[in-house]
Amino acid sequence: MTVTTLTPTSGGTRTTGATGQMCTFWVDGLYFGLQVEHVQEVLRYQQLTVVPCAPDAVHGLINLRGQIVTALDLRCRLGLPPRPEGELPMNVIVRSRGEVVSLLVDDIGDVIDTTEVSLQPTPANLPPTVQDVVGGVLPLPGSILLVVDAERAVDVSTPDTTGGTP
Amino acid sequence: MDDDAEIVAEFLVESHENLDQLDRDLVELERTPDSRELLSSIFRTIHTIKGTSGFLAFNRLEALTHVGENLLSRLRDGKMVMTTHTAGALLTMVDTVRALLEAIEHGAGDADPGVDVESVVSLLERVLAGDVEEPAAAAAEGGEQATVSELESVQDAPPAQAAVEGGEQATVTATDSVEDAPPAAAAAPAHEPDPVAEELLDPVLDQAPEDVPAAAEVEEGRRGVVDSSVRVDVDLLDGLVQLVGELVLTRNQILQRTEAADDVELVRASQRLDLVASELQESVMRTRMQPIGQVWSKMPRIVRDLAHQLGREVDLEMDGHDTELDRSLLEALKGPLTHLVRNSLDHGIEPPPARAAAGKPTAGRLLLRAYHESGQVVVEITDDGKGIDPRHIGDVAVRRGVVTREQLARMEPRDVLDLIFRPGFSTAEQVTNVSGRGVGMDVVRTSIERIGGSVDLTSTVGCGTTMRIRIPLTLAIIPALVVGQQGERYAIPQANLVELVRLEGQDLRENVETLAGAPVLRLRGRLLPLVSLSEALGGEKADPDGLTIVVVQADETRFGLCVEEVHDTQEIVVKPIGRQLKSLPTYAGATIMGDGRVALILDVGGIARTRAIGAAHATEPEVQVGTVDSRALLVLEVSQGRRAALPLTAVSRLEEFELGRVERSGGVEVVQYRDGILPLLRLAPAIGLAESPPAEDQISVVVHEDGQHRVGIVIDRVLDVVEEHVVPTEVGRRNGVLGSAVVQDKVTDLVDLDAVVRPLLAGAR
Repeated sequence: MTVTTLTPTSGGTRTTGATGQMCTFWVDGLYFGLQVEHVQEVLRYQQLTVVPCAPDAVHGLINLRGQIVTALDLRCRLGLPPRPEGELPMNVIVRSRGEVVSLLVDDIGDVIDTTEVSLQPTPANLPPTVQDVVGGVLPLPGSILLVVDAERAVDVSTPDTTGGTP
Repeated sequence: MDDDAEIVAEFLVESHENLDQLDRDLVELERTPDSRELLSSIFRTIHTIKGTSGFLAFNRLEALTHVGENLLSRLRDGKMVMTTHTAGALLTMVDTVRALLEAIEHGAGDADPGVDVESVVSLLERVLAGDVEEPAAAAAEGGEQATVSELESVQDAPPAQAAVEGGEQATVTATDSVEDAPPAAAAAPAHEPDPVAEELLDPVLDQAPEDVPAAAEVEEGRRGVVDSSVRVDVDLLDGLVQLVGELVLTRNQILQRTEAADDVELVRASQRLDLVASELQESVMRTRMQPIGQVWSKMPRIVRDLAHQLGREVDLEMDGHDTELDRSLLEALKGPLTHLVRNSLDHGIEPPPARAAAGKPTAGRLLLRAYHESGQVVVEITDDGKGIDPRHIGDVAVRRGVVTREQLARMEPRDVLDLIFRPGFSTAEQVTNVSGRGVGMDVVRTSIERIGGSVDLTSTVGCGTTMRIRIPLTLAIIPALVVGQQGERYAIPQANLVELVRLEGQDLRENVETLAGAPVLRLRGRLLPLVSLSEALGGEKADPDGLTIVVVQADETRFGLCVEEVHDTQEIVVKPIGRQLKSLPTYAGATIMGDGRVALILDVGGIARTRAIGAAHATEPEVQVGTVDSRALLVLEVSQGRRAALPLTAVSRLEEFELGRVERSGGVEVVQYRDGILPLLRLAPAIGLAESPPAEDQISVVVHEDGQHRVGIVIDRVLDVVEEHVVPTEVGRRNGVLGSAVVQDKVTDLVDLDAVVRPLLAGAR
């Protein structure tokens, strides 16, 4: 997948701040990065408990040493096609606003140093679902790293099925 | 007596800590004499001790702290300036307070003659009396030059100063206190209590003065109250509870694995682990438990003050002091409990003349009772006041626009009483500063519900009211029933559980019917709405040969939850779920099962709300009573195939009576029912229809309750319960009928229940 145009987005307020060290991973062939400060740990596939009626992106709950952690499927969150049958996702455990959330990704990459590269706005022609989660891109020599905004990635709206509860 | 001992022990621990702080504060204060903050803090501490000692009837302690408090308040208000000897006097007071506390701790009470209180009191009084008296106190300090120079800064005390320099006590301008306490006496107490206090505090210091040998012996024999308890950060305790929860789960996992193991040593070790973990869990949970007596100890005072203020006479009784519950819950209970007590005094118990007129003793009785019941703590506040009249509540609710008159007419008395929990509702005829500002009961309910509890009330007009608060024992670990659905497990809190019902074959066909697509179960004569868990979880509705029904109850709503499998009952550790899932009404949290997997905890109340069951009882203000009422109708057959409908909320029970039980009283047919007489009303003639020929041996009766009165409405049979919005048309409107409507494709008369029962009830009133 190549990006042809690099038009700065109009509402370019999204920044991830100082870049520095990035924990990288792949989702549907796309190369993503998260600042290491946000990442608590990376885990292999964990057994999931599905949550009926939950938002689509919520893949289930995992037991992380006694803490119950919501696992969000990044493919779903990004509006990408579902993971092929039989492939098990990996967990990137992210801390956000005092909560711990697991992002399910296809594969884990290295931790890379990106201090040299400056963050550019997300290309405007990326699908809105991707734009919603990505805070900017880092054009690295061999690839383009999509920098995930941890806060927004874990923000999943709940369908309003409450019917009156405040 | 035990309760008292407990309160005293707590008072001692608290006071000792406060006194240590006080020592530091006083020394600090000497350096920065104008620190308002320090003075306020010291003042508060002494004030607290004074208040509690008054309550516990430690009169000498109270007298001492009272004088100290006066002195401190003058210092705080800037009417006096802190000096070395003022500080000295205060420190002496602190030491004496300490000595008194020691005496109390050793069971001597505060009347221990070994502690000289009176001279310290007079010392403080002299300091209080003004500058001219200060030299006397200064003399107590040893008449040092340093003290004197301090005095100079205090201002205008030259004669006194001279006296001190002379080393003589020239008590010049006389006040009573000086005459009472000669200088020599004043000098002594300043020091004497010191060694006593020191000795009692520190067992290592072994030279006990002769006058308190008993106390010293006791000291060696057991740990003092202060030494035997440690204050621990609550966060640390919470962390501990979490860890123990983890340990329990890990133990469960290990136990499951070792059950089949051949290794005897391993099995033995895991059994030991089992034991230790269980005991550890119990102990850790206990660290968070506190007796409700802590909250109740404040009640006598509150009640006394309020009774005084409101001109009531009240006897307060309290029962179940040692009922324990989680400390966070205890904290949360304080406010609501106080509020309810106030309400009882203000709205419940009448003024003495009114009580006398009603033939009751002039002193009202207020009973606070706490007890454990099926994993919950129940707190009851009962008064023998005038009770709550649903009619009065209804009138006020209409006047305040909480409900419309139409809505009110359709409400059951119980629901009418419930109106007092609506926001903005207050029936106080006069707004007092005790209650009656229209904030209150709704806040009480909200705060109780926030901690997973519920409030309800029962009231008999003229006889009194009982408010009942139910709260979970602890939020951390609850017993729950684990059920299986689509390969996942779900936990249902035991508190919501009523019973389990399994239906197969013949029973299933006979007892489960589908009314307008909604399945209901006939369970011992009552209709129970059924909800398929599978559907509640957004799945397909299964149609199996057998049904496993978990009968659950949330608030006032009872329904049957059809599940695939029932596993077992377990103690589960409730864990919060992420914010992505918080707004889902179906779940109350999650837990980790023995095998380490996560299971969701079902929120029974939430399921009831989403499945629109019992919405009439929901407390959310969004749920309008009227709209809900209009949906559920009981469709009846009267007069040979003619259909009539009643709002389901007006129906309290369905009964069948044998014809032989029907008797006559005056012109009315009656049956004996629940220790009373139930007047019967034949619906057909009441709504202008011809009566059916008498049934063979039984009559079907819909029991309708209205406040104090019950009416049995005789019908041919119950056809259905429908939940649809019906609009009465002008067609068919007549006396007793609001109009006709099409219900389930058939023309049905909507009964005007009020009009129908009014003539009968008018007779009864």
